[in-house]
Amino acid sequence: MLKRIGPSVVRAADACSTSLFTPKLEFNPPVHEPWNIVHLGLLVPEAHQVYVCAINCMRGVVLTAQEMGAADRFSCVILKEEDIVRGTVEEVTLEGITDVLNKLPELPPCVQVFPVCTHHFLGINMAHIYRELEQRFPSVDFVRAFMDPIMNSRLSPDQRLRRVMYDPLPPCEADEKLVAHLGSDFSLSASCELRALLADGGYRLTDLQSCADYAAFKALAQAGTFVATYPNALRGIEHLAHRLSRRFLYLPSCFGYDEIEAQHRQVAEALGTPQPDYAAEVARCEEALAATHAEIASAPIAIDMAAHPRPLGIARLLLEHGFNVTEVYLDVVNPEEADALEWLKEHAPELQLSSIGLPELRVASREREERTLAIGPKAAWFTGTGNFVNIVEGGNLWGFAGIRELAGLMRDAWATEKDTRDIVPRKGLGCVSCV
Amino acid sequence: MNRSNRILPVYAGDVSGCCSALFELGGMTVIHDPSGCNSTYNTHDETRWYDHDSLIFITALRERDAILGNDEKVVRDVVDAARELRPRFIAITNSPIPFIAGTDFAALCKLIEQQAGIPCFYVRSNGMHDYSVGAGGALAAIAERFVEPAAVQLGTLNLLGVTPLDFCRDEQVSDLHRFVREAGFEELSCWAMGSDLDELAQAAKAQVNLVVSATGLPAARVLRERFGTPYVVGAPVGAFSAQLAEALRQAASTGACLWPCRDGRTPAADGTHCVVGEPVSAGSLAAARELQEGVPYRVVCPLEAPRELLASGDALADGEEEVEAALAQATLVIADKLYETACPPTAELIVRPHLAFSGRYAFVE
Repeated sequence: MLKRIGPSVVRAADACSTSLFTPKLEFNPPVHEPWNIVHLGLLVPEAHQVYVCAINCMRGVVLTAQEMGAADRFSCVILKEEDIVRGTVEEVTLEGITDVLNKLPELPPCVQVFPVCTHHFLGINMAHIYRELEQRFPSVDFVRAFMDPIMNSRLSPDQRLRRVMYDPLPPCEADEKLVAHLGSDFSLSASCELRALLADGGYRLTDLQSCADYAAFKALAQAGTFVATYPNALRGIEHLAHRLSRRFLYLPSCFGYDEIEAQHRQVAEALGTPQPDYAAEVARCEEALAATHAEIASAPIAIDMAAHPRPLGIARLLLEHGFNVTEVYLDVVNPEEADALEWLKEHAPELQLSSIGLPELRVASREREERTLAIGPKAAWFTGTGNFVNIVEGGNLWGFAGIRELAGLMRDAWATEKDTRDIVPRKGLGCVSCV
Repeated sequence: MNRSNRILPVYAGDVSGCCSALFELGGMTVIHDPSGCNSTYNTHDETRWYDHDSLIFITALRERDAILGNDEKVVRDVVDAARELRPRFIAITNSPIPFIAGTDFAALCKLIEQQAGIPCFYVRSNGMHDYSVGAGGALAAIAERFVEPAAVQLGTLNLLGVTPLDFCRDEQVSDLHRFVREAGFEELSCWAMGSDLDELAQAAKAQVNLVVSATGLPAARVLRERFGTPYVVGAPVGAFSAQLAEALRQAASTGACLWPCRDGRTPAADGTHCVVGEPVSAGSLAAARELQEGVPYRVVCPLEAPRELLASGDALADGEEEVEAALAQATLVIADKLYETACPPTAELIVRPHLAFSGRYAFVE
């Protein structure tokens, strides 16, 4: 049994990496900046999304598209109770998708189809539906996505989409000097040293975000090397590389100098790129962190897992540099953070690991005695602060430059208070938002 | 095909309706759902979520528990949370999978109530109906379960069917209160914004109930059946407010139920002038415009509202194609802005924001 400070908080010293909190009812804080499958899928240029579900499930995604100004790239097929009772879900799915595609002013080159939990539970033959659709619309690439959050024995809808959205990339000859960074919501930062190292090695770096049209998207298949930096993309991009017989590098965004150096060596070994002057890179990071610490000093810092998939790694980095990290908000420990957790158990045993979703959090105090710096929108909401680093899904932090960028974002956040009430309820940070 | 929407979004679902109706009553609403329902509700359908700590949760239903029927986990988790948070009541509602699995919610509620010692009831839903069904069911459950018999106080009324889904701006709610005062009535409770459960429990004292949206009708019927309280269906809008006030006085004196938002209008045969939306407020607006302009308006109702809320000449429109057909002859349409694409190109659109349709996008200028 875990020793708990409260039902929704555990000391780092007492934390178990595989089971931080017992699953219970879940609460949803009013923080909506993380991306969902609408934001993610619509990164594919000219793609159209069709969801097939009950209205209650439809509402969140259709209004996401509306808020991001992409309603013309989104259609609904609505399942009703009578379809369940009469056994017409399969027919409604097939004919509904056909109907919306026939109504579009122009047939899109790619249609991402999202059946739901209901299709699994009723044993709907999706293979048959896709065969029919491909016969009716032979020019369309149908992407077999799902919005099925109940299916925890499979890939999550987000992980699945990061895999299947690249299924239309065709086998082709590899361009060995082209590297594609895929599976992340954001491009690598302009200051990221990986860009310069690849360029110095004679490589060109491309990504989904730089594709202007569907043809450019399909041309991503030419890359000789695929790089993933976001954990939810690991299985998808690895699968893509395997399918196209390409080199695959998994270089997750992280905050330990040793791990970053190891990743650089991995790239150098695979691609023959030059390696940076590690000592100089570390020195620049130390300088940036010291400058940030000089301003923030011992102010309490809270970090959340919505900001970055390595919140414990961030906590370790900051604690090692004298910062006062007091809280980390997360519901599960990313397996990649097992080492960071072990370090925290030993060196920061009193660090509070707090749930994001347990019911008690709904009524927990969101006031702190001291001015707090938050890294991430959920930590900002839970601690009631306007001083927060506003990033989600890892932002575009990577490598040594990522550490320096984080230090700069912390300084900015400490210097300038944000309007948390206005900002954090908005959906899809970094996407177009009309609200 | 009335299942496919190329351009229009969908209305808030029954689960959101239930949560919205119960939000301010001090209970705990639990959605038996894997994920997403709570986020959709509090992102798009609930304007109070950031500032008010209402107890609304999901069970985080997982594949294995749904297949194997592990209802014990639901009971345990709900009871644990209730013991910690001590809500006034527990309401259970659900999304499609528990419906497909045939979950015995009556039994679940009984077990939870026995173990937690807190009233627990089920609000029937399955994620496949619109908000008026969920909110209506929730308010009806309150009327069934919590309203105590009481002596009638003359000159009093309850407002039934007030949620942000239909009354999203503060001034809309304050307009309702002012209307009640100006009509010469004392307001006992507002179902369910601004009143607590204790106030709602006193609703049987009212001489009459005023149903201001379709979500209030099921509760009005329960109160009619249990206590004989007459109800009047209509919302105060412009010139129609005088008719509505008169109907209230008439209902109070005769005990008859009256439907002025429906009966006070001329059938709109040609459909050149239309109001799209929730039928009580749309019908009331149509009546007000007719009084002002002398032109009958057609109400186009895209909700699962009872047909009796509509006048002859009105249209129940199921899905995008039926909405477009109902508006085909329109030269003037009053509707949420997201209906613009469903209107004939030559029609004038007067925008009437509706949170239950366009969500928080309704507030974007």
